[in-house]
Amino acid sequence: MRSLSAVPIRLAQSLRSFGYIWRSLRRSRQGTIGLLIVIVHMFIAVASPYIVPYSHHDIDGKNRLAAPSVEHPFGTDSFGRDLFTRVLLGGRAAIGVALLAAAIAVLWGGLLGILLAFIGGRVDEVAMRLIDALLAIPGLLVVLLVVAALGTGFGVLTLTLGYAYGVSTVRVARGAALAYVASDFITAARARGERKTNIVMRELIPNLLDVLLVEYVMRASWALTAISSLSYLGFGIAPPTPDWGRMVFENQVILAVHPWGTLFPVLALASLIIGINLAGDALSKAIGLDRSQEAPT
Amino acid sequence: MSQKLLEVEGLTTGFRARAGQFVKVVRNVSLSMGRGETLGLVGESGCGKTTFGMTLLGHLRPGGQVLAGSVRFEGVDLFSLAPHELASIRGQRVAVIPQSASSALTPTMRVGEQIAEVLALHLGLAGAESQERVLDLLTQVHLPQVEELVRRFPHELSGGQLQRVAIAMGLAGTPELLVLDEPTTGLDVTTQAHILDLLREIQESTGTAMLYISHDMGAIARVCDRLAVMYAGEIVEDGGIAEVFADPVHPYTRGLLGSVPRLSYAGLPQAMAGRPPAPGQDALGCAFVPRCAFADETCKTVDPILEPTDRAGTIPHLVQCHHWQRVVASGTSGQMQDLKAGIDQGLQPEPLLDLAEVDITYAKRGLAALVARWRGEPEPPLTVSSFTITIHRGETLALVGESGSGKSTIARTIAGLLPPRAGRIDFGGQDLASTVESRPAKMHHRIQIIFQNPDASLNPRHTVKQILDAPLRLYFEMDQKGRLDRSGALLEEVRLTPQYLERHPGQLSGGEKQRVAVARAFAAEPDLVLCDEVTSALDVSVQAAVLELLAGLQADRGAAYLFISHDLAVVRAIADRVAVLYQGRICEVGPVADIYAPPYHPYTETLLAAVPEPVPGARAQLLAKDVQEAEPPARGCCFQRRCPRRIGSICDDETPPSQFASDGHVIRCHIPLEELRESQVDLISAANIPTHGIVADGQ
Repeated sequence: MRSLSAVPIRLAQSLRSFGYIWRSLRRSRQGTIGLLIVIVHMFIAVASPYIVPYSHHDIDGKNRLAAPSVEHPFGTDSFGRDLFTRVLLGGRAAIGVALLAAAIAVLWGGLLGILLAFIGGRVDEVAMRLIDALLAIPGLLVVLLVVAALGTGFGVLTLTLGYAYGVSTVRVARGAALAYVASDFITAARARGERKTNIVMRELIPNLLDVLLVEYVMRASWALTAISSLSYLGFGIAPPTPDWGRMVFENQVILAVHPWGTLFPVLALASLIIGINLAGDALSKAIGLDRSQEAPT
Repeated sequence: MSQKLLEVEGLTTGFRARAGQFVKVVRNVSLSMGRGETLGLVGESGCGKTTFGMTLLGHLRPGGQVLAGSVRFEGVDLFSLAPHELASIRGQRVAVIPQSASSALTPTMRVGEQIAEVLALHLGLAGAESQERVLDLLTQVHLPQVEELVRRFPHELSGGQLQRVAIAMGLAGTPELLVLDEPTTGLDVTTQAHILDLLREIQESTGTAMLYISHDMGAIARVCDRLAVMYAGEIVEDGGIAEVFADPVHPYTRGLLGSVPRLSYAGLPQAMAGRPPAPGQDALGCAFVPRCAFADETCKTVDPILEPTDRAGTIPHLVQCHHWQRVVASGTSGQMQDLKAGIDQGLQPEPLLDLAEVDITYAKRGLAALVARWRGEPEPPLTVSSFTITIHRGETLALVGESGSGKSTIARTIAGLLPPRAGRIDFGGQDLASTVESRPAKMHHRIQIIFQNPDASLNPRHTVKQILDAPLRLYFEMDQKGRLDRSGALLEEVRLTPQYLERHPGQLSGGEKQRVAVARAFAAEPDLVLCDEVTSALDVSVQAAVLELLAGLQADRGAAYLFISHDLAVVRAIADRVAVLYQGRICEVGPVADIYAPPYHPYTETLLAAVPEPVPGARAQLLAKDVQEAEPPARGCCFQRRCPRRIGSICDDETPPSQFASDGHVIRCHIPLEELRESQVDLISAANIPTHGIVADGQ
C-alpha cells in the first residue's frame, strides 16, 4: 500500500497543470459568465440558511398570494409562505443530490472505464456489452422505478442517479483511456516492471483527470435537471423541504393569477443550469474536448 | 526564360498573437525561381520552411497574414487574388505534394476517382478521356498494373505507392511549379531512392519547376540544382547545389552539412550546438549569433543582408552573413569524430544476451487460435523466424532493415512485452522468462528501452523529476532526497541542468526530451539498452548530439546496446556489429567493417546502394524492386521476390545456407561468396563518386 499513499500527492501535482485550463476558462466570456452564475448559486446554497428573512415554513396568514413587496421580495404562496425564502433555500437539496450523484457516477464509471481500457481483451469485451445493455434502459426510467419501490429519500435519489449517470461515464472514460493505453509511456512503464496499480494510478489517471472533470460538470448539470423533473412529478425531494421543481408543481395551477410562485423557482433553476452548461462548455473547449454534440441521457 | 516563373520579394508573414502583436514566421524572404528550376529548401524543423512553401500557393494557415512583400507567380501577386482566381492557379499551375500521402488522400475514395476529380476540376475532363489520363499519370509515376490499381482504396497501397499516387495527383493539372513538402520523409530508404529517381525523371521529361522542402541533405542533393538554406524564417544562403555543398559559406549551412552522418566515414560528425530561436523572438542583428563561432559585436547589432559572394558558378551564390569571408578563410568545416575511440577493443567478449531460434508471431493464441483453425483460416507466417543472435557485454549490436522487418518486434520480445512462440532467451547466463511479469523483480532494471518518439514515451503530465524518479523508486532503496540528487546527477550526465527537474515534457525541445528518455533508461543502471530508432524523429543537428551522448554513456557505464535503425550511416558510426534483417529473418550478420564492404548479402547491397549521400550528382542504384511485401514467403530465401541477384528456383525452394565470409561474418545466400565478392563493387567508396551510368533496371 506504500504506492497508494503517494496518490493524493500525485493528484495534487497533476491538478497544478489545471492552472492553464483555469486561465483559458477565464479568457472566454461565456465561461466567465457561467462561472459567475455558478459561484453565486453555490454561495446562496451554502449561505441561505443564515441570510433568509423567514423560515421556509413560516406562514404569514394575512398575506397569502401576495405580490412582491418590501416585506416579501418575491411575494408569498397560497399558504402565505415567503417565496424569497423558499427560492433561496429551494436549490440546496437538489444541488446537493446532483453534486453527490455526479461524483458517484464519475467515480465508479470513470474508474471502471479506465480499468476496462487498461485490462482490455475479453474482460473488456464482455463488460462493455453489459454496459451497452444497461445503457439501453433510459436512466430516468430506472430512477422512477427505484424511487417508486424504495421511496424518495436523499440517499436513494443520490445513489440511483449516481448509478444511472455512471453507466454512460464508463463509455466516455474507457474511450479516453484507450488513447493512452497503447502509448509508449505506458509501454515504458510496463517494460520497467511497474505494478499494474501503479501504472493506472501514476501514469494513466493523471492524463484523464481533465476529461473526468468535464464529465463531472456535465453530469452534475443533467442530474440537476433530472432531480427537478422528479420533484415536479412528485418523486423527488419530498415536502416540506423546499424545492424548485416541487414549487413549480404547487404553484402552476394558479399561474394565471399569481405567476410569482412559478416564475422565481423557474428562473433560479434555469439560470443555474445555463450557468453550469456555459462553464462546462468553456471548460471542455479549454481542455480540447467538445461536448456540444453530446446529448443528455 | 525572359520572365521568372516565381518571384518572392521581401515576404514577411506572421500569426496574430495577443494584443495585435504578430509572431513572424517568414522574414523578409526574397527568392526567385526560373522555369524548370529545382530548388531545395533546407533548415531545421521550426525554421518556417513549410509555411514559406505554402505561401507559393497563396495559402496561409488560419490566423496567418502577409505583413510585407509579395509572392508573384508569372507576375501575378497571389495574395492580391480573389479566392476563385486563386483556385484556378492552385492545383493546376502550382501544385503541392504533401509529406504524408496517406493522410492527404481520402480514405473512402478509390485512388482513380481522386485523380479524376483533380482532372475534372482543373482541366474539365470527364468520361473516357479522363480515365485514359488517369492511367497515363499512374503509368508515368511507374505504378504497376494501373488498370487494377485505380479501383483500389488508399489503405490497400503501400507507403511508396501512395506517395506515387500523390505525385500523380500533383502532376494531374500539368503544373508549372510543384511544391514538395518532405515527400520522402518516413519512407524506407529503398522506396525513397525510387521516389527521388522518379522526381528527377519527371523534372527532366516535363520541365516542371520544383521547390523541394526537406531536412534531408542527401535527398536534396539527388533532386535539386539549387539550394536555399532557411534559418529562423530567413534565407541565409542561396546558390548552386554543387557549389554550396562543396564549399558552404554561411556558418549555419556548414553546421547543417557537417552534422549529416556519412556512409563513407566510419565516424559521426560533430554536433551543432543550440537550437533555432522560437518564432516571435525578434532580436536585433543576426538570428544565428547564439550558435555561431564567428559572431562578434557587429552581428549582434546590425542585421546582415543577403548579398552576393565572389564565388564562380552558373547560379549566383548569395549569403546573409557579415563575416562570410572570414568563414571561408577558416578552412574546412565539420570534423568527423570516431565514437569508438575511447573504448578498449581488446576486451574478451562475454555473452550478455543470447537468443536462440526465436520465433515471434502476432497470431491469435489459445481459444481464439483453436477457433481460427477450426474455421480453416490459414495460420499467418511468423513475424520473426529462427532468430539467433548474441549480444556481448558493452557492445553495440545494430539491427537494420526496412519498416516491417521485425526490428521493433524483437526489441519488444527481449523487453518481455511480447512472448515468443518458440526459442530460448538467455540473459547473463540464465534463462530469461518470456514476460516482464514472470521475470524476477531484481532482473527488471537490467534491460531498458528508449523509444523513437520522446513525445509519446514521456508522460506529458509528469515533470522531469517524476519521470526520472520512477525507475529510481522502483529499483533502488533510496530515500526521496537521494533520488532527487541522483536525478539531478543523471540530468548532468545527459548534459542538461538540474533546472530541468521541474519542467514538463511539453516545455522541452525534441532533443531535450530524448535526453530525458536516455537519462531515464540509465537511471536503472542497465546492462542492456534497447534503442528503438532513437534518433529518427530528431533533426540531424540534434541527432549527432544524441548519438554522441549514447556512445559516451556506453564508454562510462559499459552497457550493451541493441541499436535499431534504418539509417545505415548512423549504424556505421555507432555499431560494433550489425545484423541485417528482412521479413524477420537475418540475411547477414557481422562486424561493422565487414558489413560495409563486399561481399554483401544482396539485400544489404540493395540498402547500401539506396542511401542518399549528400553528394550532388550522385544517384542511387536501384537494385531491387520497390515493393513492400506484406508477408514473408512460405519457404526458400526470404528475399527471393525482390532479389536483384536471384539465381533460380533454388532461391524459392531451399533455405539459404549460412556462409562464413570471415570470423563472425555470416551471409545467408545461395550464391557462393567468391561470386558475390567478384561481382560486387565497394558501395561505400563508390558513394563518394557520382555514379551516373551504372543505374540498374529499377522496375
